[in-house]
Order: sequence, then C-alpha cells, then structure tokens
Amino acid sequence: MNIHEYQAKQIFAKYGVPTPKGKIAHTVEEAVENAKELGGPIWVVKAQIHAGGRGLGGGVKLAKSLDEVKELADEILGMTLVTHQTGPEGKLVQKVYIEDGADIQDELYLSVVLDRAAEMPIIMASTEGGMDIETVAEKTPEKIIKVQVDPSIGFQGFHGRELVFGLGITDKVQQKNMINFAKKLYTLYMENDAEMIEINPLIRTGEGEFIALDGKMGFDDSALGRHPEIEAMRDLSEEDPDEREAAQYGLSYIALDGEIGCMVNGAGLAMGTMDTINYMGGTPANFLDVGGSANAETVAKGFEIILKNPNVKAIFVNIFGGIVRCDRIANGILEATKLVDVHVPVIVRLDGTNAPEAAEILKNANIENVIPATDLADGAAKAVKAAKGEL
Amino acid sequence: MSILVNKDTKVIVQGFTGKEGSFHAEQCIDYGTNIVGGVTPNKGGQEHLGKPVFNTVKEAVENTGATVSMIFVPPAFVADAVMEAADAGIELAVIITEGAPVRDMMFAKQYATKHNMKTIGPNCPGIITAEECKIGIMPGMIFKKGNVGLISKSGTLTYEGANQVVKEGFGITTAVGIGGDPIIGLSYKQILPMFEADPETEAIVMIGEIGGDLEIQAAKLIKEQITKPVVAFIAGQTAPKGKRMGHAGAIISGSAGTAAEKMAALEEAGVKVVVSPAEIGKAVAEVLAKK
Repeated sequence: MNIHEYQAKQIFAKYGVPTPKGKIAHTVEEAVENAKELGGPIWVVKAQIHAGGRGLGGGVKLAKSLDEVKELADEILGMTLVTHQTGPEGKLVQKVYIEDGADIQDELYLSVVLDRAAEMPIIMASTEGGMDIETVAEKTPEKIIKVQVDPSIGFQGFHGRELVFGLGITDKVQQKNMINFAKKLYTLYMENDAEMIEINPLIRTGEGEFIALDGKMGFDDSALGRHPEIEAMRDLSEEDPDEREAAQYGLSYIALDGEIGCMVNGAGLAMGTMDTINYMGGTPANFLDVGGSANAETVAKGFEIILKNPNVKAIFVNIFGGIVRCDRIANGILEATKLVDVHVPVIVRLDGTNAPEAAEILKNANIENVIPATDLADGAAKAVKAAKGEL
Repeated sequence: MSILVNKDTKVIVQGFTGKEGSFHAEQCIDYGTNIVGGVTPNKGGQEHLGKPVFNTVKEAVENTGATVSMIFVPPAFVADAVMEAADAGIELAVIITEGAPVRDMMFAKQYATKHNMKTIGPNCPGIITAEECKIGIMPGMIFKKGNVGLISKSGTLTYEGANQVVKEGFGITTAVGIGGDPIIGLSYKQILPMFEADPETEAIVMIGEIGGDLEIQAAKLIKEQITKPVVAFIAGQTAPKGKRMGHAGAIISGSAGTAAEKMAALEEAGVKVVVSPAEIGKAVAEVLAKK
C-alpha cells in the first residue's frame, strides 16, 4: 500500500525526521487558509497523488503571495496530472499540500528499501538529488552510495560514517545531522513494516540542516494488520475501482488494453496465459487471478468485471486445478452464464483435479458460446480466433 | 534418486490440526509421504489423521526423528514456526502459508541459516519427489516419475510444466515451487546444482517471473556450473509496466527485472528459452532427444 507525501511527512515528523511545515487542503479556500496559518512569505503548492515526477508534470509550484497560492491551488486541484509513473491516462488531483518554502543550498537523495539479494534493508544516498535517480544510476552509478543494514545489529555508527563520507560531508555538525536523519529513517522503516521510503530531494539548508522536502512511502500489505494507523491512511480514490471491487471477492484484476478477457488461477499461469495469447497473435484485455478458492460466485464476479470492458471480444478461462477442483469451476461457469449476460465466446480449458468430470458437466450443459479447449495452446489459439470472429 | 526429499523422509506438520493443515496433510499421506506426526500447541498427546500430535516441534523431533517440517500456520505466526523448527534441529522447513510479513521472514531466514536449516517458500506449493514424497499442496496425480527436474516461482505454472513433461512421455524427478515473495528460502542458485548432481535428473525445467534478479543470477550459475540441458520460461512478457511510486527497487540489483532481460540472460547461458508456457513440454522433448 502506498501513501501520499503529506502522510509520509506525518510519519517522518513522529520520528523526528525534519520536514518543512505544511497543511493538506481539499479546496482552494482551505489552501489559502493553510497558507495564511503557515505565514509565508513563500509557499509551495503540491499536488498529492500516488506517483513520482509531479514537479515535471506541473503539479508542484512556488507561490510568493496569497493570491498566487489561490491561483495555483485553483489550477492544480482538479487537474489530471500525467507523469512518467501515472501512465498516459494520468491521475486526478483531489488534494494539495501547502508547504513553507525552504532555503535550499543543495539537493540530495536518500532511500531505504529491501535488498532482496542480501535479504536486509539497504540505505541508498546520492548527492544528485532532485534528479531522476534511475538516470543517475544508469549514467553515474558511482554517485550512488549503498549501505546495507543487517537488522540483527540495526543501524550502527559505521553505517552512518559510510554514508556521510560517501556523500562527501566534511562538516562535523552536518555529519551528525545526516547520521541522525538516516538512523531515524531506518528505524521508521523497520517499525512500520515499510516496503520503501524515498526522499528526493532531501535538501541541505544554508544553515547546514537536512530536511525531507519530499517523501514517498510504500508498505508491506501482509503486515498492515498490525499497523491500523497506517491502514487508515489508505486513499481508495487512488486505487482503480474495478481492481478494488475484484479484490473484495478475492480476485486479483488489472485492466489492459487488448481484446481477450482472461480468467486464470495463479498469478504465474495468468501471466503465462497472457504471454501465450500475445504469442499467438492476440491481445489480452486483462490480468485476472481467481486465486485458490474460486467458486460459482467468484467466477460470476470475474465474468462481470471482465465484461465491463467494452473491448472484450472473447474470454479465455484457463484453470489448472490443484486445490481448485475443475468440476466446481465448470459449475461456476454455468452459474455465471445465468447470472451475467455473457455475450462473447468463452473458451474453457480445465485441467488437473476432476478435469474429466468438468468436461462432462460443460458438455451436458451444451451452452452455445462456451467452447471447450484441450490444453493451453489449443485454448489460446481458439481465443485468438474467436476474438477475430473466425471461430 | 531425487533431491532434498524421498520416500524415507520423515515429515511433521506445523499447524497440523487446522483446516488447511489437516486437508493437505491427509492428501500428502494418501500420496505416500511419510508424515510421522504434527505440532499444534495445547493439543499434544492427541492423535490426528492417525498420527501423534505434539505441543512443540522439539518434542515432535525427539519422538519421531523427523527432519522435515511442512508449515501451515497463519501468516502472523510463520516466523515463529520457522524459528521453532530451526531451534529443534529440523533440516528443511517447507513454508506453504501465504501472506507472511517480509520483516518477519528477514529475521526467520537469518535464524534458519544460522541453524543450518534450509527453507522453501513461503507462499509456495511445496516440494514433490514424484511417486515418493509430496510436501505441499500440488495435485499429486500429475507428477509421474521420470528424469526431469523442475523449479518454479509460480504454483500453477509448476503444474502446467509438469503436466506437459508427462504428456510428452517423460516424467519428473523432483519439482520444487520456491515461491515469489521478496524473501524466500532455497532458490535457483541452490537447487540447480542439486539437480546437476542428481544422477536421475537428465534435464531441468526452470520457470521464472518478472521482478527481482534471481533468474539473472541463475543464468550466470547455469553458464558456469550446469551441464544438463535447461528449458526456461519467464512469465510476464506482456505484463504492463507497473505504476510505481519510487525508483529505488530497480537500482539495488541494477536490473529492471523485465522478462526480456531475463530471457536474454538465460539464452546467453545456453538455456532453451520458450516464449509461451505451452511450449515447455515440446522443448523438453527436444533437448532430451539431442542428448
């Protein structure tokens, strides 16, 4: 789960990680009110969406008067912000964060993520803040400092020294400031079951203080149960409504732009099915994993969600039953055709546990647009043909 | 021969009397797995599925001589269960449970490693040595005995792959579902050399996914150490680029974890890479015919 910048900064503040003062606003009036309270004389008006690259997309702007705050809040609230992380459709801005302007001497980068290979958190830092860090990693990898922190010992002095010497910080007070900053960030990463924290830019002020000017945080979904205060930060408007509806039924759904709807058990086989459709000259309309506990209701829901997409010309049901029994899925498909108007051809491949029984059920039901397939290749080929109207 | 487990392997089940644990333990017993008991706190002394129940793993190990544990406890208790197994001297823990917090696994895996306990999973279908020993949730009937080793991040693709190999007239030595969580136990890097050393395994099927760089590391290892033919499929060539918030993930490994990148690395290592999982069976037949 991801949260907004202003929420990340609330968590930072709780741990004593320095951030500029700011207040969240949902309306232009509120934005101006916030700006007045903060006092100025310079404010930053920042679009709050779950994506990076907001500045380049025009979602972060500087105001030098209350009139400008009003103007900019009016401009940014309600705009559809397109950045390299939102996809071409962009994201609607519903909240702006009004923040005190900061005295920026230079911009750095700091993040904490899991190093999967080392199986421990890693702190990454760079003097090249404010830039796209992937570009920095590609062009000047030597400018990224990486410090692994073994959780069994936690953040030690030597981790801090590696960091500050790597960043070329020579002033002793600044060294101490940066070490404290990083140590607090590591602590809040661990204590909150974060998946990643990224601060870009982290600024150095004229006085040599370090301040988190931005903040992105993502959390381990599996651990949210023990962090109700973080779960409460979930912004449902940032999530796709179809994906969310699917999730309520234990289905994992992602819309794509092709023509063949897919309903598959298991994420790997679901991706493999999409790859096979693509390989055979078709285009997948979605990723849909029905999970291990598929029944008539979830299958019906799956059809309903797939068919909401007007581009869908055929559906490929590809189930390899392990725990999921194929006869149950077959009954689910029959049930679904009664509950939902399935107006496109449905190619059905059921293999594994109780597959012969399932085939019998579908054969006896004899529904016109339900077409059985013998295996993955046969099913994908038939789905591609059906989508082209050739079956 | 096979790798890691066989018909003589003594297995206990942690979370033995729960709904999932009971259902799958029974299926494993039916398959022929030598399940010698189980652990459920406060149910010690009872009998379940005809096997003794113990309060602790230590007791279970002392009384049964078990070396492998199959873990079905709820996600929040996985780390505890893994560490208890390691502490009791279990040699291999197969963690089926889905949804264990990553931070928990970080500590549990370190502790397991310190105690020389191997782990498989979490969030995986488990391990099966065909017609001998099934420790997990896979449909046993599709795994016929043969000469192909299989290792996969994905559960259902494990079944798909094994099924195709069998339909082509071959069979499986051992199949391992390693799971796709951020922190997992045994991976390609450890298991590929085991298949290389197993005299019965003549070819290896390796199934990967987008994300992370385990497959890239595997490619390096294959190039250096594996002489047996390897067939690979990487799921997710057509997956949309994730709408990500940060960039940090890709930078640590220096790889974006795309299917194309992994496929290229494997091909370069001499692996027969297929673009659709529907081609796995045929590709295995092809590489075995060349031998």
